[in-house]
Amino acid sequence: MGRTEKMVQWEPNDIKGKLLEKYPPKVARKRAKQIMINEALENTTPEITANVRTIPGIITMRGCTYAGCKGVIMGPTSDIINLVHGPVGCSFYAWLTRRNQHDAGEKGEDNYIPYSFTTDMQDSDIIFGGEKKLEAAIQEAYDTFHPKGIAVFATCPVGLIGDDIHAVAKKMKEKFGDCNVFAFSCEGYKGVSQSAGHHIANNQVFTHLVGTSENEKTDKYKINLLGEYNIGGDGFEIDRVLKKCGITNIATFSGNSTYDQFASANQADLSCVMCHRSINYVADMLETKYGIPWIKINFIGAKATAKSLRKIAQYFGDQELIDKVEEVIAEEMPAVKAAQESVLPRTEGKTAMIFVGGSRAHHYQELFEEMGMKTLSAGYEFGHRDDYEGRHVIPNLKVDADSRNIEEIEVEADPELYNPRKTAAEIEALEKAGLKFKEYEGLNPAMDEGTLVIDDLNQYEAEKLVELLKPDLFCAGIKEKYSIQKLGVPMKQLHSYDSGGPYAGFVGAVNFYNEIDRLVSSKIWSYMKAPWQKNPELSATYVWE
Amino acid sequence: MLLRHTPKEIADRKALMINPAKTCQPIGAMYASLGIKGCLPHSHGSQGCCAYHRSTLTRHYKEPISAATSSFTEGASVFGGQANLIQAINNIFTVYEPEVIAVHTTCLSETIGDDLPQIFHKANKEKKIPEGKTVFGAPTPSYVGSHVTGFSNMVKAMAALAEPQEKKNGKINIIPGWVEPSDMAELKRLADLIGIDITMFPDTSGVLNGALTGEYSMFPDAGTPIEDIKASGGAIGTLALGEWCSADGARLLDTKCKVPCSVLDMPFGLNATDRFIDALRTLAGTTVPDEVASERGRLVDFISDMHQWLYGKKVALVGDPDQLIAMTEFLVSIDMCPVHVVTGTPGKKFEKRIKELTAGMDCEVNVKAKGDMFLLHQWIKNDPVDLIIGNTYCKYIARDEDLPFVRWGFPILDRQGHQHFPTVGYMGGLRLLEKITDALLDRKDRDDTPSKFELVL
Repeated sequence: MGRTEKMVQWEPNDIKGKLLEKYPPKVARKRAKQIMINEALENTTPEITANVRTIPGIITMRGCTYAGCKGVIMGPTSDIINLVHGPVGCSFYAWLTRRNQHDAGEKGEDNYIPYSFTTDMQDSDIIFGGEKKLEAAIQEAYDTFHPKGIAVFATCPVGLIGDDIHAVAKKMKEKFGDCNVFAFSCEGYKGVSQSAGHHIANNQVFTHLVGTSENEKTDKYKINLLGEYNIGGDGFEIDRVLKKCGITNIATFSGNSTYDQFASANQADLSCVMCHRSINYVADMLETKYGIPWIKINFIGAKATAKSLRKIAQYFGDQELIDKVEEVIAEEMPAVKAAQESVLPRTEGKTAMIFVGGSRAHHYQELFEEMGMKTLSAGYEFGHRDDYEGRHVIPNLKVDADSRNIEEIEVEADPELYNPRKTAAEIEALEKAGLKFKEYEGLNPAMDEGTLVIDDLNQYEAEKLVELLKPDLFCAGIKEKYSIQKLGVPMKQLHSYDSGGPYAGFVGAVNFYNEIDRLVSSKIWSYMKAPWQKNPELSATYVWE
Repeated sequence: MLLRHTPKEIADRKALMINPAKTCQPIGAMYASLGIKGCLPHSHGSQGCCAYHRSTLTRHYKEPISAATSSFTEGASVFGGQANLIQAINNIFTVYEPEVIAVHTTCLSETIGDDLPQIFHKANKEKKIPEGKTVFGAPTPSYVGSHVTGFSNMVKAMAALAEPQEKKNGKINIIPGWVEPSDMAELKRLADLIGIDITMFPDTSGVLNGALTGEYSMFPDAGTPIEDIKASGGAIGTLALGEWCSADGARLLDTKCKVPCSVLDMPFGLNATDRFIDALRTLAGTTVPDEVASERGRLVDFISDMHQWLYGKKVALVGDPDQLIAMTEFLVSIDMCPVHVVTGTPGKKFEKRIKELTAGMDCEVNVKAKGDMFLLHQWIKNDPVDLIIGNTYCKYIARDEDLPFVRWGFPILDRQGHQHFPTVGYMGGLRLLEKITDALLDRKDRDDTPSKFELVL
């Protein structure tokens, strides 16, 4: 394992130059704006270009709007039938491939997660339109399953041929009376990435589901957990910790979630945002319409988890809760500390690179820090500038032509249900005490000076980075995993967790320490050359020697 | 129960597909393209398709799957993707330097009517294609057929690259169909054993079962060289393995280059392998060495040794037409009973072939093309089976119904081996039987009471 080769000290500028040197001039100019050398300045960070169209042919890691809408936000919900209106592929590829775990109980509660539903459009549907088939499919789904809700998702051709899926959904909803049918115009070509799909999903969930529950939630310390998808059971672990503290999670958007959770989200007293990118729209709308403030939290990393729990307790301000939270942290931390100490000798000083969707590239740096590992380079597939630089840049963000047609919905305070949970004075007092509302500082400030922040990293740059900087660990997704490992560098998937997890909360931290220890300490990486390749010279020895 | 909403009563569905037994065309085209040496597959559509297809193939092979995309935006979707594709071609050749770009389409570019040949012509005129490099493509609309159709369309586009030759080169073309890299290697081994000079395309062996060496090359030294594909018009004959996957390409070579073709079943199991070896021998005019006969004999021996555990066992099958036809024949030939057979790929011929192959069995057979796994599950609920054979998605049915399960076909997302060990040919037949008997006997060992639990089986 060429540990000694790692003495090469590249200057960040040289690395950036190396990444760009092979590109055609136009591509190089564009990529130069998306590769940023972090200056980690106090209160100001350098500007990065993000959320812009992908360069054709560059081998991006990105997916599409449908993936962001159906695959990410709506997929994890168990008791809504997700019906994909399109040719078979989109439904097939999003069938059980994201590890949003669900506990459907043994009592036979509705659970449609193991199913894939599609209208399987044929050429005749493209020619004559697919509305009739969609209507028939909704009817067949209703007749077979009698679900609470049916969500319809558009795919690329639907928008082109002009099928009005919203009209069909409305008609069927009225016809059934006891099944909410609603639709998402999340055609794959919209926007520039999964991100547009998040926005579309947020809008429709908010419009069609939130605030419709008949069940009154009367528990103490009610929160929503926004932007947590229960990958590998992350949400289970977070729920365990919350429950232990006496905090009630009304609705998770959308890991291990149900129709009723979405519908009750307006009854929480605080929204806690985990993945800012995918769900900040709902967080804002919950505040505007119902008066529920939101804070940014992070349950990735033991320290971050403790900090987030304290924030929640601080918000409610009840001594009983504040004490309970401290008690839980004190109970959970020894196991974490023990695991940390056991791996530190092998992880300390090691280096990582993290390129994941729209939030984990930031969150996971907390875990690596706890293991004494340094993040050399990080970036998002589809983050926006606010995810890199912090929310204070939002007022100067320009929506470009590619994203202009993503619907922005206007919500107003609900005439009946609007109820500001804190007065302006209370909010101000909390802000003074250090609790920030509607605030996310982004990834850049969390990273060291001279590190590289790269947006929409592609295959070529990933290989180049590994070749130049020789990290001990590279984190990205399934499409990158095996090319990086072929280079002899251990690779950790931070989308699917390589079938592992949970990595959130206290138990998750311990899992992660051990998993990374396994990866960076593995013997495998020493087997890449056969003995005769290491020493090709012939050196005869005699039997009697 | 995982699939707790699947009722036993079967209601006719006309519009709703549940748990597809197929996926869409482009992934098949992408897989086929990877069997060309130095080739980068390119998906002409919005980038989500390409990401999904790469991910699925990667999960199946545990190998890097490189492919580029035109990354359509809304603008391109309205005004056409020509500019995107020409940019992509330029970027790909500059940055990744493949020998070949094989372009396939998606429902997006097909619906708006982008014309690939016209775009290639323009790219050529604008000097975006370097000297000696090849760009070709196939239309692969996702709303027609299935992933198998996409594979076939890309193979046909490869065959279209062949030119008629003045002089026959004495070689035989083998179009192996959608089988694993290990299967392609096995077919080459058999041809080599018999001493026949072949051109096989596509050929993913060495591309999708590569070594870990500390070096990564996007284009390994494997796959069928494009020159060989172009020269395949000079072959003395073509063997197309699988009607659905390979016939179109072989027939095009026949009409365009006068290379006579025979369409055979995929060589899974005893009889289909027999016919393949025999066709190969006849075409080349050689004799089959004893070694091949002895491999065959070992398979027959295995069948006789294990026959008591196989006899009369009912099997549910799901997968792709060519593979299922050969598998059904194999199971019937060893006295097993394939009673439920489903493919998601359309084709009336499929149902007819399965009916013919199972005609001699004394039990009812359910067969459906354009079926889905929800229907298969309902059939199983109504008429239980002893074994299920299919891709990884079967594990949900297998768990709910407590069935022994053999993973075979595409995709296999939760086990490895398929890329290394063949299931075609006599040796592949041995492996298939090993898997089947293992599954059945593991179940027997699990279910037997302590007094019935036996050491020797």
